[in-house]
Amino acid sequence: MEHFANLTLNGLATGAVYAALALSLVLIYQATRVLNFAQPAFALVSAYLAYAVTAATGSYWAGFAAALAAGALLGAATERLLVRPLRNASPLSPIIATLGLLMVLQGAVGMVWGNEPLSFAYPLDYRGRFSPADAFALASVLLVALALFALYRFTPAGLRMRAAAIRPEAARLSGVRVGAVLASAWALASAIGALAGMLAAPPFLTPNAFDLVFVFAIAAAVAGGLENPFGAVAGGLAVGVLLSYVTGYAGPELTALAALVVLLTVLALKPDGLFSRAAARKV
Amino acid sequence: MRTDPIRAARPLAAASLALALLAAGCTGAGQTGEGAEADLDVSTGVTDDTVTIGAHMPLTGPAAPGYSQISVGAQAVYDFVNANGGVHGRTIEYLAEDDAYDPTRTVEVTRELVHQDEIFAMVGGLGTPTHSKVVDFLNTEGVPDLFPSSGALMWNDPEKYPLTYGYQVDYTKESKILGEYISEEFEDAKVGYLLQNDDVGVDSQRGLDMYLQDQAVSVEHYESGAEDLSAQIAGLEREGAEVVVCACIPNYVALGLLESARIGYEPQFITSSIGGDTVTLRGLLSSFAEQAGSGGDPDDFLNGLMTLGYLPPVELGGDDPWVAFLRGVYDEYGGDAPLSNTTVYGMVQAVQFVRALEAAGEDPTRASLIEALESLEPGGPGLVPFSSTGEDRGGYAGGFITRYEDGELEMVRDPAVTDNAEGDIEPAEVDRPLPEDIGPLAQG
Amino acid sequence: MAPTHRAPASDARPDTAGPAKAATATRAGRRPALGHPLLRHGLWALAALAAVALLTAATGPVTDLRVADVGLHLLAVAGLQLLVGTSGQVSLGHGAFMFVGAYTMALLVVNLPAVPLAAGMAAACAAGCLAGLAVGAATARLHGPYLAGATLMLAVGLPAVALRFPDLLGGANGLAFTAIGAPPALSGLVDDTQWRALVVWTVALIGLVVLATATRGRLGRHLRALRDDPTAAALSGIPVGRARVTAFVISAGAGSLAGACQAYVLGTATPSTYALTLSLVLLAALVLGGLGSLWGAFWAALAIVYVEVAGTELAHALELDTDVRNNLPVVFFGAVLIIIVLAWPRGVHGALSALGRHRSTPSQTGDS
Repeated sequence: MEHFANLTLNGLATGAVYAALALSLVLIYQATRVLNFAQPAFALVSAYLAYAVTAATGSYWAGFAAALAAGALLGAATERLLVRPLRNASPLSPIIATLGLLMVLQGAVGMVWGNEPLSFAYPLDYRGRFSPADAFALASVLLVALALFALYRFTPAGLRMRAAAIRPEAARLSGVRVGAVLASAWALASAIGALAGMLAAPPFLTPNAFDLVFVFAIAAAVAGGLENPFGAVAGGLAVGVLLSYVTGYAGPELTALAALVVLLTVLALKPDGLFSRAAARKV
Repeated sequence: MRTDPIRAARPLAAASLALALLAAGCTGAGQTGEGAEADLDVSTGVTDDTVTIGAHMPLTGPAAPGYSQISVGAQAVYDFVNANGGVHGRTIEYLAEDDAYDPTRTVEVTRELVHQDEIFAMVGGLGTPTHSKVVDFLNTEGVPDLFPSSGALMWNDPEKYPLTYGYQVDYTKESKILGEYISEEFEDAKVGYLLQNDDVGVDSQRGLDMYLQDQAVSVEHYESGAEDLSAQIAGLEREGAEVVVCACIPNYVALGLLESARIGYEPQFITSSIGGDTVTLRGLLSSFAEQAGSGGDPDDFLNGLMTLGYLPPVELGGDDPWVAFLRGVYDEYGGDAPLSNTTVYGMVQAVQFVRALEAAGEDPTRASLIEALESLEPGGPGLVPFSSTGEDRGGYAGGFITRYEDGELEMVRDPAVTDNAEGDIEPAEVDRPLPEDIGPLAQG
Repeated sequence: MAPTHRAPASDARPDTAGPAKAATATRAGRRPALGHPLLRHGLWALAALAAVALLTAATGPVTDLRVADVGLHLLAVAGLQLLVGTSGQVSLGHGAFMFVGAYTMALLVVNLPAVPLAAGMAAACAAGCLAGLAVGAATARLHGPYLAGATLMLAVGLPAVALRFPDLLGGANGLAFTAIGAPPALSGLVDDTQWRALVVWTVALIGLVVLATATRGRLGRHLRALRDDPTAAALSGIPVGRARVTAFVISAGAGSLAGACQAYVLGTATPSTYALTLSLVLLAALVLGGLGSLWGAFWAALAIVYVEVAGTELAHALELDTDVRNNLPVVFFGAVLIIIVLAWPRGVHGALSALGRHRSTPSQTGDS
């Protein structure tokens, strides 16, 4: 039973990372209908920049702030320079363009910082079954989700974002600056992606450190429903806990296979993800 | 010459080719005959002033971390040798090609090295899943296949691979030595294994089980590429393992140490040679020392760690003539990263090749290189004998065990050698030459 | 496969559809029967094979290997073309089918060495079709990004099977073997690498003929209708589910054959080869080459093999710091992707057709 509790706590901590990255994917998908393959690269670049800033200033939180800023900047720039020019191309084009960007950024990180692992500190004390660092991960992700809910639900900015995403022409006619709104959606989402990067980076950071995180984040986003940010968060946590059980009880080589089976089962029952209907009402 | 008959009647040739393809389709796809013996009396890759050698290794991709220092180390030695007149007046051109640890790429880059770059020999091809896919090819093509960077047992198979010579102590030999040591020094302790889920784990477990069958309480695996060992460490703790043997690369040793510290689990960690690079481990753990309390030094994690080694550890410093020499070479020709035991691994590989190449004579051929290898003295930079004879080309034949304490190593088990079967473990004696005894290294 | 090679179009007869497409090729030269698409595709295939034979005869083993590499990637991407380009189902898991084919071939060569190569290829194709049927059926109701997500997980999850059954599948080390080379009768004329390249291209071209014919036929029309407007297609009586699953099956069969070719040429089947990167590169190259045409698949295959080579050579040519040099090829590939997608949203084939205007019908082999 104690083992079960340990595995659950470990799973929730890693699940928080999947949830944050899944959340950023969903926000971008909602805004521009693009599955952003460069998301893990934004997180990667942000984390490496944070590493550099922390090394220079000695402050973890200076690095943390730099990471979020870098993420937001990368997101907005990508929307502006790569995704917007392709809005009339085939729906696959922006996906492939972001995939290219993933390769470029991942390689660029290797060029600057090398491919050897870097020792990356935790934000808080990492010791304990459910350490302050784990609590920070989980709490920050839940807090972000709540803030998003408030933003979308109760502020004019949120309303404009929803309008620009769902009916861009109508939104434009009613005076919404659609371009600026979409760019800020990307910036916001990518800042959340950078948060995921900061949570996923410790203890060791390499240029490929987020590859698997990204795969499981996509699985989480799809299982939860791409239309629903809460689905992404719930999906991320569920995937984290599931993988922890599989590793602990069945064997680590089975994690990807188990995720595949569960995902196919979920989608067979609910082709648009678990929370799809709720999404249609709420967002 | 080959083009002419085809060019004559293009469609006809294509049609007959297709027919031939169909006809050939009736022979079993796995029924391959014995190839002709390759001619070794050649000096492919050798010019008047250069010798070109190659290696495949992961320089990018998920498996790259941990290995890049090997080629940096080897290159530093070759640069040093080249700057000091080379070997018999020839400089060594070392081509380290990226295969990203993907065997498909390994096959491709190896064929390019052999057919396009025309290397004299392959020196230090890295990895079991990768190198095992080209070992046949190299032997068929008559390319000497020296010192693969892997402890798999298959490199020591003169019948099947007459041109392949191992380098690092094989996983079973070293784990036998570890197993015996644990069974003697921790005879009542419960033992847990933490193994990489590939041949490293399988071969290591075979050796450990010979001595620890009754003491082993838990076997945990990890997939290389995984980012998390929490479930595995929790499993070891649950079974009450007091000694944990790691057959893992440094990343996972560090992750294991960190995860144990996280949950307050304090077993005696003992690692095999591939994970025991304390310099690399110190670097990996450097960010967590403060949070671990006390002195704020990564040694807080590492103190007490036991490691199997066979090369002179850099911690020996100036006390060891080879460490002193290699440090001098690295300071001048190496990279920015601190000299680690992984770097030394690549440097010694290069030293061993330089020795063989020198002994191969003024005008080396592949045959004379092989001959030189087989009569190489067993004493090398390593602290255990090196075997590259006709019957046994297992490379380093055993190891010693050290205990780490604040940057110092204490020898807790003197060098010993064994085989990878049922043989005994015996003390090793080795007569080590000094760097200045070796021609191309002495000119400096 | 240079597009300029033309075969005489007057002397051959059509053959029935089915696995014996090689027979179409070899029996060319008896009865004239112009106009049947299968025939025309077969003749094109013959011409292409002749071109490959010439090319490999004129070059060395390194080029032979790359030519083989282009051939098998052409087949893999062409299969993906039918699924993505023609039926509009985005799959990020094509590498998983290559995995199936490679392991089928490897298991046969290792455990049943007496099984002929052609039978091994057929078995790999069958295994791939079965896998495609399973995946196609399981994902039949999924659309757009949900299908992409599920197939992405497939690409990551399926190779893990090899880790689960190390005794049979060799675990992380995979399987190593040497498959049969050139027949003794041709020794001196054709070496092993060259022979293997020709075998790969023969298999690939047979596969392409099937794919081209399927794309032009009723299935292709159904799939295009489905892609453009699923509702209208369903209303007009097209069996939506069956057509989509059929596309998956054929595409998987082609991918699996390509994997079998790869295993045969390189003598290895290893899980790390079939990592996610492979699936992503296949799809990216398809978009880069151009959606909707087998010519797009050809440019894609060229890009997969030669952009990498160019990147590596560029890295060697420049005097660079180690870290920069090591990472240059991947950055180069990514940059090429971005530039081509931005400059030519319809891919290389789209750009060339707009330029040349003489091959303006997409979703055909370009022979019309």
